[in-house]
Amino acid sequence: MDAETTSRFAITLQTNREALTKHWRAATGAKLRGRQTESELTAQIEYVHAALLAAASSGGALDLHGQESAELRAVLTEMSTSRARVGFTPTETTAAIFALKDALLATADGEDSKQLRDYLAYAAFVDDMGVYTFEAYAATRESLIADQADQLLEISTPVVKLWDGVLAVPLVGTLDSARAQVVTERLLQALADTGSPYAIIDITGVPAVDTQVAQHVLKTIVAARLMGADCIISGIRPQIAQTIVALGIEFADIVTKSTLADALMHALRTSGVELVRRPERTA
Amino acid sequence: MERVPVLNLGDVLLVSIQIDLSDEIALRLQDDLAERIVATGAQGVIIDITALDIVDSFVGRTLSTIAGISRVLDADTVVVGMRPAVAITLVELGLSLPGVRTALNVEQGLRRLQAARPHAAVPTVEAVAGP
Repeated sequence: MDAETTSRFAITLQTNREALTKHWRAATGAKLRGRQTESELTAQIEYVHAALLAAASSGGALDLHGQESAELRAVLTEMSTSRARVGFTPTETTAAIFALKDALLATADGEDSKQLRDYLAYAAFVDDMGVYTFEAYAATRESLIADQADQLLEISTPVVKLWDGVLAVPLVGTLDSARAQVVTERLLQALADTGSPYAIIDITGVPAVDTQVAQHVLKTIVAARLMGADCIISGIRPQIAQTIVALGIEFADIVTKSTLADALMHALRTSGVELVRRPERTA
Repeated sequence: MERVPVLNLGDVLLVSIQIDLSDEIALRLQDDLAERIVATGAQGVIIDITALDIVDSFVGRTLSTIAGISRVLDADTVVVGMRPAVAITLVELGLSLPGVRTALNVEQGLRRLQAARPHAAVPTVEAVAGP
């Protein structure tokens, strides 16, 4: 928007403030279907209007990515970030911005071709604002997703102690490279910390085993062996056993058991623990 | 040049590596161990690498070679105390130290030797740890 149009824009914003914000609020409210209270919406619109007016009255040409619009950009980012966090849709988020176009059109009488040209320039600027809002919205959602992925990584890989010298890692969910790495590091660290010579990797909760998953599990086992601990794989369901054989995955000399209980029993026997059932007492 | 000390414990030689292993030091350790196994008639070797942050491919291969040499001289080798990060790196490098026995710590290493050679004078964990 060139300098002259900008100054006219500033005047329009200033003189028609009441009418503009009223139309603006009405147009936004219709799209939000009551997701925001009237007073909240009013405050937000006043806020954006003030920032927009400040940017337009700075003198010189108005550009959303220029120095004069820094404040406006901050306001837009803040608005879309807060909306993204509470779960607004993209349409609902940008609605407040695009509603300004309706409001501007309503304040112009549309008879004059000069006014119409101005309106097109304003509308283009509002489009820029809308796109910017949406970018901020997408960035917030991305960071939310990344945070959740991290949290998932945190909670989904516990290393539990089953017996003195026997650790277990119940794997749940799909095992990708990132998770496999976390599992490996946690397990090896736990082995070093506790001095446990046996670890059971339970794959009951892994929906499917492909060559990649097998590769990750094998690497973990080789690393544990290098440290001096033996690993047992347990929880191999019939379907998974068939897949493993069909894919030609070789577990070589690694002990595999069908259930966690069998694996624990094996670890106990090898370490010399004997479990004996107490003879039934006759009362 | 720096040297890695080799300690005698009954029929076992204990090597605790506390310095960065350069290629020369690793090779000298290999020489020393071969000589000491022959001289003492040791039946087991425990190499403690708890203090090593980095095990490169050369050191990894040297450990395998030491295990091979001591097997020829009728002694079992146990590498103990490898750190998780070192183990992961070795696996990523494709080095699985063939022929090398491992244990989590010296105590378990002694147990492994004892299990492998019930008649050798392997110091018991209790004797090493004291009363």
